[in-house]
Amino acid sequence: MLTRQEMAQRVACELRDGYYVNLGIGIPTLVANYVPPGVDVMLQSENGLLGMGAFPTEAELDPDMINAGKQTVTACRGAAIFDSAESFAMIRGGHVDLTVLGALEVDEAGNIASWMIPGKMVKGMGGAMDLVAGAENIIVMMTHASKSGESKLLPHCTLPLTGAGCIRRVVTDLAYLEIEDGAFILRERAPGVSVEEIVAKTAGKLIVPDTVPEMTLTPGGA
Amino acid sequence: MAGLDKRVASYQEALDGITNDMTVLAGGFGLCGIPENLIDEIRRRGVRGLTVVSNNCGVDGFGLGRLLETRQVSKVVASYVGENALFEQQVINGSLTVELTPQGTLAEKIRAGGAGIPAFYTATGYGTPVAQGKEVREFDGRHYVMERAISGDFAIVKGWKADWYGNVIYRHTARNFNPLMASAGRITVVEVEEIVAPGELDPNAIHTPGIYVDRLIQGRFEKRIEQRTLRA
Repeated sequence: MLTRQEMAQRVACELRDGYYVNLGIGIPTLVANYVPPGVDVMLQSENGLLGMGAFPTEAELDPDMINAGKQTVTACRGAAIFDSAESFAMIRGGHVDLTVLGALEVDEAGNIASWMIPGKMVKGMGGAMDLVAGAENIIVMMTHASKSGESKLLPHCTLPLTGAGCIRRVVTDLAYLEIEDGAFILRERAPGVSVEEIVAKTAGKLIVPDTVPEMTLTPGGA
Repeated sequence: MAGLDKRVASYQEALDGITNDMTVLAGGFGLCGIPENLIDEIRRRGVRGLTVVSNNCGVDGFGLGRLLETRQVSKVVASYVGENALFEQQVINGSLTVELTPQGTLAEKIRAGGAGIPAFYTATGYGTPVAQGKEVREFDGRHYVMERAISGDFAIVKGWKADWYGNVIYRHTARNFNPLMASAGRITVVEVEEIVAPGELDPNAIHTPGIYVDRLIQGRFEKRIEQRTLRA
């Protein structure tokens, strides 16, 4: 089973030189720590920053410089800053090469639910609905099952949707899966995790190819 | 050109004419780039029943959260409101209604409101609760939801520098929703850290041209940080 850091490492293997990338709040932000050597990416933060840098030192700390998670950040060399309409023009217009976000549920039709649990206080969707509607290339990063063992990869999402039919790739703590033609396809399994365990913890339709390689966490690995 | 001089003498004058039940557009993202002093002036005036359009709603005790304490807000249009316990309490007891709007759709609704566009179509929210009751159209094989523009009676905006004519420059990510709000207020009030004479700002660098701005005032800002994160 992968740790959060290892999940981030696996997602980071999908980064390509020259990508503009939006990393969602929470676990997806860890991906920034594993950008492969020789790969240059620009991180987009939807509050209006293209070229998010590291967290600031005490001396660099600036209340006017935050990311979409409202954390203080720096801008990297070559960054650009713009207003919220411009920011979502680049998101909605399909200019962001890769979006990584968390989810509560994903289903075999590529639907995603990530923002609302009925009966609990609803905090809002932020930019997630715009991100899933605008991006061609989305990776969902989440645990395969809930803490109580319920699968999060379902035949149909039970929670209110964030987006319909927009998810093609999922990285979980157990596997890397793709979604095609109404089914999950098991492409890789986490080191030490059996196909049987993944099958048992996937409630949606799952296609298991003849060979399911163990994933590697370094880019260019087999 | 006194008619183009947008400076006002006091915060009181800056919000002259604001009354109960108005719609107020407020710039800012979290606590970054919020019009702190204009919010406090609304509180001081005690106007009630306000509809507030803002990406977030402050935190307990600061920013727009201060207008919740005094129960001056009856409706909030926002994309994310998770930082505020009082907000939650007022929604649960029914004194406050909230219209959650995807962040990009919210930005575009306000941009459209300022630009004279009554509505637009977006794929954002199609197939989700956000699309309920809204017209859906298909363009080139994809479904889009019709969203209506937003404008306000007042827009309250935080800038960095401005000249007397109301040409405004924002600083870093404190820009966020501010220029959009500035464009969509019937009366747009901007507070800045520094007011300079016309000619001192590079025309190429202006973010909000003065045509959008009705009133301008210089203030002092606390600039509270919501998530202080430092490099290890």
